Amino acid sequence: MPEAKDVFKVELRKVGLRYFGPDGETEALKDISIAVAPGEFVAVIGPSGCGKSTLLSLISGLVAPTEGAVLIDGKPVTGPNRKVGYMLQQDYLFEWRTILENALLGAEIQGLPMAKARERAAQLLTRYGLGQFLNHLPRQLSGGMRQRVALARTLCTQPDIVLLDEPFSALDSQTRLALADEITEILRREAKTVILITHDIGEAVSMAERVIVLSRRPGQVKSDHAIRFAAGNGGRPTTMVARDAPEFQDYFKTLWQELDIHIEQ
Amino acid sequence: MSNSELAMPAAISRQYSDWLRRERRDRLIVRTAQLAILVVCLILWEVLPRLQIINPLFTSYPSAIWPTFIDMLKATPQQASIQTHTLSTVFATIAGFTAAMIIGTAVAAALWWWNTLYRVLDPYLVVANAMPKTAFVPIFYIWLGATLSIYGMSLAISLFITVLMIYSGFQGVDPNKIKLAQSFGASKAQILRKVILPGSVPTLIAALKVNAGLSLVGVVVGEFESSNVGLGYLIQYGSQIFKMNIVMTAVTILAIVSSLMYLAIAALEKAVMRRR
Repeated sequence: MPEAKDVFKVELRKVGLRYFGPDGETEALKDISIAVAPGEFVAVIGPSGCGKSTLLSLISGLVAPTEGAVLIDGKPVTGPNRKVGYMLQQDYLFEWRTILENALLGAEIQGLPMAKARERAAQLLTRYGLGQFLNHLPRQLSGGMRQRVALARTLCTQPDIVLLDEPFSALDSQTRLALADEITEILRREAKTVILITHDIGEAVSMAERVIVLSRRPGQVKSDHAIRFAAGNGGRPTTMVARDAPEFQDYFKTLWQELDIHIEQ
Repeated sequence: MSNSELAMPAAISRQYSDWLRRERRDRLIVRTAQLAILVVCLILWEVLPRLQIINPLFTSYPSAIWPTFIDMLKATPQQASIQTHTLSTVFATIAGFTAAMIIGTAVAAALWWWNTLYRVLDPYLVVANAMPKTAFVPIFYIWLGATLSIYGMSLAISLFITVLMIYSGFQGVDPNKIKLAQSFGASKAQILRKVILPGSVPTLIAALKVNAGLSLVGVVVGEFESSNVGLGYLIQYGSQIFKMNIVMTAVTILAIVSSLMYLAIAALEKAVMRRR
């Protein structure tokens, strides 16, 4: 792809967002500038209520900023964009649809050619170990399996950019670690640009190559950290290896302090 | 006792077979009690008038209903057959709740689509639902005539509660499911078709249950006033000429019709809910 070096996949330029209510205005985000390169895996952490999830709503085009601009591939975002796949905090599978039908929801809504989409969805689900559950209903699956279906639903529309909004927060801790590892592998292999929102520092450090810390409300960029591991031989180690790497604790401590300072304030 | 336990297949433990037996016994007790209540009521209804403890002129008795029913199977020049009366009532009821479901869902969808419309109409809907619709029977008779007023009453009595129930079902669909659909770029029509409507199926069935009963009430009340067919008419007619046999036969058929409607809806519910 002959892409200009200075065109970012996702860019937020001095973005601000205020909510309006009968009791007045709430400033959720203030003067946020973030640029994400194609194929980059970025995590955003911050104290709860700092507007991290709102950031994803802005990028996905579900909410328009009150100040500044959001750009995807250099073009301003005006609404939901097919290049963007959004994974919410829970799977939100439709209980009246089978697993395969759930995975096809996005393709259906976007009016993609269904025969191909069906093939792709079945392939994705099979790759995630759900091959024999295609015609099962969501209630027959465990939490981890359901979240894998949600991933298949997101990737079935073939987005370049994947937004993850605390996608493991509803899972138990073992499933959480295993699934974080699995999903990171999948997204890296497919060279997606990923923005992960989390409140879990360990998750951020082990999954992402860059961690952005937001301040308390109104959320502002507090700091921006590159995460590098020697263990990867230039590439990225898996999340499991990363958690055992000597650098992990250092990054963890640094980020913890960043967050802590703001909690004390 | 211990012999039969030894004869059980080895895979079933003794505790489990005990549990199964207790379950079976509990089920049997419930069924027996239900049947007993019915039988006792019928016996009292038969015996008390016969012993002149209550006046048979007021209550008739079960054994008199069957001959009356057989008698009424044949139409006379003055009177339609009991089948005609029953079918007329059943048909009007089905028409009433079908119309209430279709119109109610459409109105609820419109209210969902235009939130401002809902905010404007909300108090009117609540008041319309709380109004005693039966007060309108004579008015409907004047406005709509003999036949249409029955359908009108059936619809009027069930429509508002249907709209309110279905609308609140629409509101109850998880907003995150809507957000998910929107993140894929779903239009409002797609959200309605793919999220709101399928997500509200349990509510639709609950509304249908409420509806079927209310429509029957509407039809019977409408028939009191304005018809010369239908079970409601028979009840009215029988009481005017003091023939309790006719009244009680009509009431018994109403009870059977209600039960059959309940069974049909329960079967529908089971078929639909198997997917969930």
